[in-house]
Amino acid sequence: MDKLIAKNITVSYEGANIIEDISIELNKGEIVCLLGVSGVGKTTLFNVISGLLNPDEGIVELDGRNITGKAGNVSYMLQKDMLMPYKTIIDNVSLPLVIRGEKKSKARDITAKYFQEFGLEGTEKKYPFQLSGGMRQRAALLRTYLFSDQVALLDEPFSALDSITKSVMHEWYLQVMKQIRLSTLLITHDIDEAIILSDRIYVMAGKPGRIKEEVIIDEPKPRDKDFKVSESFIKYKRHILSILM
Amino acid sequence: MKKKFLSIINKISSFIVIFAILILWQILSATGIVPKFMLPSPVDVVMAFIGDFPLLMQHAATTLTEAFLGLMIGTLLGFAIAVIMDYYPIAYKSVYPLMVLTQTVPTVAIAPLLVLWMGYGLLPKVTLIVLTTFFPIAIGLLDGFHTVDPDSINLLKAMGANRLQVFTHIKLPSSLSHFFAGLKISVSYSVVAAVISEWLGGFYGLGVYMTRVRKSYSFDKMFAVIFFISLISLLLMLGVTLLKDAVMPWDRSKKTERKNQI
Repeated sequence: MDKLIAKNITVSYEGANIIEDISIELNKGEIVCLLGVSGVGKTTLFNVISGLLNPDEGIVELDGRNITGKAGNVSYMLQKDMLMPYKTIIDNVSLPLVIRGEKKSKARDITAKYFQEFGLEGTEKKYPFQLSGGMRQRAALLRTYLFSDQVALLDEPFSALDSITKSVMHEWYLQVMKQIRLSTLLITHDIDEAIILSDRIYVMAGKPGRIKEEVIIDEPKPRDKDFKVSESFIKYKRHILSILM
Repeated sequence: MKKKFLSIINKISSFIVIFAILILWQILSATGIVPKFMLPSPVDVVMAFIGDFPLLMQHAATTLTEAFLGLMIGTLLGFAIAVIMDYYPIAYKSVYPLMVLTQTVPTVAIAPLLVLWMGYGLLPKVTLIVLTTFFPIAIGLLDGFHTVDPDSINLLKAMGANRLQVFTHIKLPSSLSHFFAGLKISVSYSVVAAVISEWLGGFYGLGVYMTRVRKSYSFDKMFAVIFFISLISLLLMLGVTLLKDAVMPWDRSKKTERKNQI
């Protein structure tokens, strides 16, 4: 994929607009954050881009192709991992391939190669309940990646984790992203998370929700622990807070 | 040490109660406080069971055949009904109330009708069992289908899954525990329904045996067959639990995990 574009998206519910005239774009290999308070319509936009919801106005394009209202083009991952409790990790992760018509054994073979890279080795035959929250999110991300290696939408993927596990997952995530170069649109309400992970941040606010500003985080990656307490980090954070409040 | 002792007591407490009741019963009967012709003692019942063992087995074979056939057909029917109702909401709306209505008619009331229509053979018995066993299965599965997390279904749809794939990958496996809960009930129903249908006519079966010993006032044999029937039901329910553990390994391992944590 080269480019995912959402143009002038408006969605209303019972006569009132939830999000209004939202335009965003995501370039190849980028991690872009959609940042805003709860209820601003982040997930609504997310549903539009994933094709689960038809917008009242606007279109979604992937590589110049109109994919508005069409599911199956971009993969997504939610805060809850949605791993099926009755499937082993490898079967959970290879599910997108099976859905696409791949034989179960073949799908397992393809999937098994990624376990090392995603830090999941040894969990293949386990059931989800035997894994920690962080490991489950890793498995969910691998499933997302196998669903589409072009572009992934992540809706608050780490927000259910405790803050230490979260930091570990951030580092892990940037590490994995360096290798697989998955274009990612990440939804979050966590300002720190947005600054640490993204290349660009769209700050959403208001009612109906609009894009208030696009903030570019011009820092080398992967960003280490020191970045979190650095001068420039604070500067970004102060700036974003001033937009939101 | 004391803790261990307490946990053993905890585990066998129900057996202790049953054993105590049996002893009390034996004393009441042996001392003649309750006349023997009205209530045979547990020892008498066991002796009657041993004495009639070959005959009981022969009758049990008939009853179990009926129960098995009826349960198989009932399960398949219940499954089919649940799937159809889930696939076509209109079928759910139109047939569900009728299905509930059929369950308010007492088994004992329709059994004679079935005999009149279908004779004294296997057919009316199996029919009655089907009528009583399909319901818990259908209800259980429908419940399961309806409580599936809609987000999981959305995720699969986003992956491009069709309805059949949504069914086989999500709806069916996540409804399995509901299915087995229904099956457990149906299994015990099937034995009871078989016995009731045999009361009203037939040549073999535990129900027929029961009618005969009742007419000859052999209370000891009567009790023997009653206990035998509940033993069969218990064993069949245990069978369902074992089957469930084999089919749903994730559920069993979850349980052991929990136990280990405690």
